[in-house]
Amino acid sequence: MGSGNYLLRKFAFALLTIFVVVIINFVLFRILPGDPVRAVIGRNVKISAEVQQSLREQFGLDKPVFPDQFLMTIRQWASGNLGVSWSLRRPVAEILISKLWNTLLLIGLGQILSIFFGVLLGLLAGWKRKTALDAGALTFSLIAWATPTFWLGIILLAAGSTWLGLPTGGILSPQNVGKPLHTVLPDLAVHLILPTLTLTILYLGEYMLIMRSSIVETLGEDYILTAKAKGLNQWQILWRHALKNAMLPIVTIIALNLGFTVSGAIYIETVFSYDGLGKLFQTALTKQDYPLLQGAFLLLAVSVILANMLADILYTILDPRVKAS
Amino acid sequence: MEAWQQLRRNFRELWQSFRGNRMGVIGLGLVISALIVAILAPWLTPYSPQQVMRDENGRGLTFAPPAVHPPLGTDDGGHDVWAQLVFGARISLTVGFLAGFIAMFVGSFLGILAGYFGGWLDNLLMRITDVLLVIPDLPLMLVLVATIRQMQLKISPITVLILVIGLLYWTSTARLVRSQVLSIKERQFVARARAIGAGHAHIIRKHILPQVMPLIVANTVLILSTAILIESGLAFLGLGDPTKPSWGTMLNFAFDRNAISNGAWWFYLPPGLAIVWVSLGCVLLGNVLEEMLNPRLSGHHLEGEAHIIKPGEQQ
Repeated sequence: MGSGNYLLRKFAFALLTIFVVVIINFVLFRILPGDPVRAVIGRNVKISAEVQQSLREQFGLDKPVFPDQFLMTIRQWASGNLGVSWSLRRPVAEILISKLWNTLLLIGLGQILSIFFGVLLGLLAGWKRKTALDAGALTFSLIAWATPTFWLGIILLAAGSTWLGLPTGGILSPQNVGKPLHTVLPDLAVHLILPTLTLTILYLGEYMLIMRSSIVETLGEDYILTAKAKGLNQWQILWRHALKNAMLPIVTIIALNLGFTVSGAIYIETVFSYDGLGKLFQTALTKQDYPLLQGAFLLLAVSVILANMLADILYTILDPRVKAS
Repeated sequence: MEAWQQLRRNFRELWQSFRGNRMGVIGLGLVISALIVAILAPWLTPYSPQQVMRDENGRGLTFAPPAVHPPLGTDDGGHDVWAQLVFGARISLTVGFLAGFIAMFVGSFLGILAGYFGGWLDNLLMRITDVLLVIPDLPLMLVLVATIRQMQLKISPITVLILVIGLLYWTSTARLVRSQVLSIKERQFVARARAIGAGHAHIIRKHILPQVMPLIVANTVLILSTAILIESGLAFLGLGDPTKPSWGTMLNFAFDRNAISNGAWWFYLPPGLAIVWVSLGCVLLGNVLEEMLNPRLSGHHLEGEAHIIKPGEQQ
């Protein structure tokens, strides 16, 4: 009962947040200057006055903005109709889906690597607090945090392409575009090295810091003192008592960090000309392609919100104390 | 004791223990040196950032390495990189600091309101921060800035950046201040002040604010580093003011105009190093202040040597 209520609350909150995002998206699109018909079909398309009038009716622009136009827009978005991109002249939803997998691949690889190394290093640093290892790990994560994502990308791009002969951008070499995936895997891997490395370095510091402070806090708990008093050795305490509990915040942080992850993808895909959602977002921004920009924002925001909800639910399964409170 | 006097004394004590902390002093040094460079910019270079450098024959010096045109060479348009860097410090620091201070004011104000008055106000404000925390910030800011620019209001791009960053980054401050206020308002001195008839404004000004002030200071320093990083990112993505280049704008130019393929490291390394310099300084300073002010981060049971008490030994 209690946990059902909790889940319901989380679900309601996710819905509320999505609603806020939808309102932001709607309002921003409407306060743009100029004729909304132009905003939908693009600025440089020539149309006659009659066509314009029929389009006004078709888009419901002859009706009041609220509630008619608002409800109509929501209905369109919910059915997956995000409008047509001005610059690419294709449906926004179709463009977004075609780029989604590339971004998921990049983010997924970066996340897995950084979580693995971040947890490991954070555990060691927190356990050996105030040693050279801890100081080194802390210094690294501080510098990683203070470094702009795109600049790290630029440096790795310059260094990797000059000294290691790695590709300067893209997902595949031009001659491999369009070939079946399994034949071009080595080429894909070579193209992924630099962007993945940038993402990993970036997130690694964050996970390491969280894991470190979490393990420090856990090791301060009374049950650790009890375990120590029982005569367990340090590894047993660390492995059986501390690690499991200290891992809990990581679960939430992965989800909370998704917003951060999305930012990282925008910067890194821009620097490495990696053909994903982030690059698309940047292109839409420079070409002032509003339907595309709004569609990409809607997709990114809703994914992050849903992922957060899932993480909350996962957290209640992992930590029964949450249900009780 | 007057609470503000107490606060002043606390700050003096804080300074005493701060001076012994190497990380904190380094952080402070990094931040202050950057501020000095920004203030003294016109005296640090004979050139303006817009001036085109020319060789003896009057030809523009494009992508001249530092050896040809000290100290940091020129960019693709023959402009002096060092001049751009020191004048860029003014833009980057102005945006970062103003945005950070806006975030601090909004966050502290709303945090105190929510924590002190509680009830529906608290509920409303906390739901707003929850919602803001979940929406991915960079895409939101990009969409906001792009829309505001398209509206062709008479606001400079730099002001837009300051407002958007400042008005979106107050959530963490608000939450922190709120939780602190929640615990302070239950203390006895607040109850006594209320009992002798002190009003809300008086209690907040004289009793709550001095207590949360150190925390706000530490948090602000951390927010500053975020604001400076975000500004550089937005500028890199092309949302800066091209006529008043910040460090982020310089990197945007360097990237767009092929500084990498031209091997012009003097164009893309210095602005990035400058950003790291300032944001690292703020993080070091902020972390040290936070650690000094947050008792939860002090120590744990596996630290130090195990000490076994032998039978008969006196503890």
